[in-house]
Amino acid sequence: MDKRMNADEAVSRLSSGMTVGIGGWGSRRKPMALVRAILRAGLRDLTVVSYGGPDIGLLAAAGRIQHLVTAFVTLDSIPLEPHFRAARESGALERLTEYDEGMLLQGLTAAAHRLPFLPTRAGLGSDVLRVNPELRTVVSPYPDGEELVAVPALRLDAALVHLNRADRLGNGQCLGPDPYMDDLFCAAADTAYLSCERLVDTAELQKEGPPGSVLVPRWSVTGVVEAPGGAHFTSCAPDYDRDESFQRAYAQAAADPSAWAAFEQRFLSGDEQDYRAAVAALRAEANR
Amino acid sequence: MTTSTTGTEPGVSRAEYCVIACAEAWRGDGEVLAAAMGVVPTLGARLAKLTFEPDLLITDGEALLAADVPALGATPAAVEGALPYRKHLELVAMGHRHVMMGAGQLDRHGNQNISAIGDWSRPARQLLGVRGAPGNTVNNPTSYWIPRHSTRVFVTGRVDVVSGVGHGRLHGTAGRFQDLRRIVTDLAVLDFGGPERAIRLVSVHPGATVEQVVAATGFPLVLPDAVPSTREPSAEELRLIRDVLDPRGARDREVRG
Repeated sequence: MDKRMNADEAVSRLSSGMTVGIGGWGSRRKPMALVRAILRAGLRDLTVVSYGGPDIGLLAAAGRIQHLVTAFVTLDSIPLEPHFRAARESGALERLTEYDEGMLLQGLTAAAHRLPFLPTRAGLGSDVLRVNPELRTVVSPYPDGEELVAVPALRLDAALVHLNRADRLGNGQCLGPDPYMDDLFCAAADTAYLSCERLVDTAELQKEGPPGSVLVPRWSVTGVVEAPGGAHFTSCAPDYDRDESFQRAYAQAAADPSAWAAFEQRFLSGDEQDYRAAVAALRAEANR
Repeated sequence: MTTSTTGTEPGVSRAEYCVIACAEAWRGDGEVLAAAMGVVPTLGARLAKLTFEPDLLITDGEALLAADVPALGATPAAVEGALPYRKHLELVAMGHRHVMMGAGQLDRHGNQNISAIGDWSRPARQLLGVRGAPGNTVNNPTSYWIPRHSTRVFVTGRVDVVSGVGHGRLHGTAGRFQDLRRIVTDLAVLDFGGPERAIRLVSVHPGATVEQVVAATGFPLVLPDAVPSTREPSAEELRLIRDVLDPRGARDREVRG
């Protein structure tokens, strides 16, 4: 079995209008090489489920998202994501489903467990129920009779995640302190594409970390992409930290349309190799 | 560097009174996670752990539970466990957690907004999103930290998007774990001790006045007959804040004066 492919091949299997889940959290271990491949491929009208960071910013800026399902969009060290803000304030983002963080977890877990919904207390009393009028509550059938929010399963057509190591079979290994929800995204999806910093032989995985660090099991993975620096400019602990200076440049450019056009031209008009070269050139400039 | 003088204790900065007031929020909590958002609440939680509340659990700001009490931004010398986001959300549901959050808006019933300003469907200003605020406020003791006390935050009517749930919105069993504790601002300490659990002034930081607090609050603040000053830090507490927890003075960039 060999699930290796490149980022463009992985994205070629997606189609416009799909529901796509994106792993990571905020500006942390986002599958940015795969997101950049989506930008190149011209996919449109996506429903995107994400604990949002610059993945959402880039896709929203390019007008690729029809419907966003999230609890927040942030760059972490820069609290507000400028492209997401602009898309919301201009009305360019057609539809938003805004959940509590724990509700999103319940929705993904329901999908992974093949359940129609899971109950939670989170959301009760808040405007999450007002702004999502399709949400329903359930009453406990037991004597407590407690009313809870029934979070519908967030079933995904495809999941995109980025991990530290993987083998060609699709086993994905997380060497950082936080797996985020990446394995859940994969289990909640009909297909899943996993990019990794380094592709290794299966036997090498146990040299990199304990068995429990193999987070994403191969049965839940469709394609494996070797993408060194594939989370850039978000963090990918322990391989690298967030590229804060690049993120600042991104956020500054995003605040101004002409600056953004120049940023796009410089960093996003070519393929992944061109991207890496442009990032290296910027770093060299800064160090000069 | 701390140079300004605002209180009766010479040399105590406003930010240091705020750290003390935040630390007090966790007094008596015992073995729970002190989930602090912002520089001053983080210092408050760590000061509480170093002094009167040693059993608190704290994180490194990321996914690790610190076994010691590191300085702001420092790596803990020892780690007692991991708390990745999924576990953290499970912990929210389990309840062993007292969170201190920020707020874009806060109203007199304690509703908090971090989602969006204006009409949610087309906001005048998009903020973060509701994040974990709905779940936090129905599951955990919740306090708030407002570094700039103003009528923009303490709004006259209701907040635009209820993210953190205030009083009067949870019915029957839904509110059984709701526990809104206190609000610390750069001017004062508030709680929910007013009629119908409305926001009430508890103390004013030395150097600030009751009139100032009332003017910076968009709703009628419940006032006690006499308003005490926020307590003074001890010499040992000041040493811990200045020399151990925040030698670079990040607190004075979050709160000036």
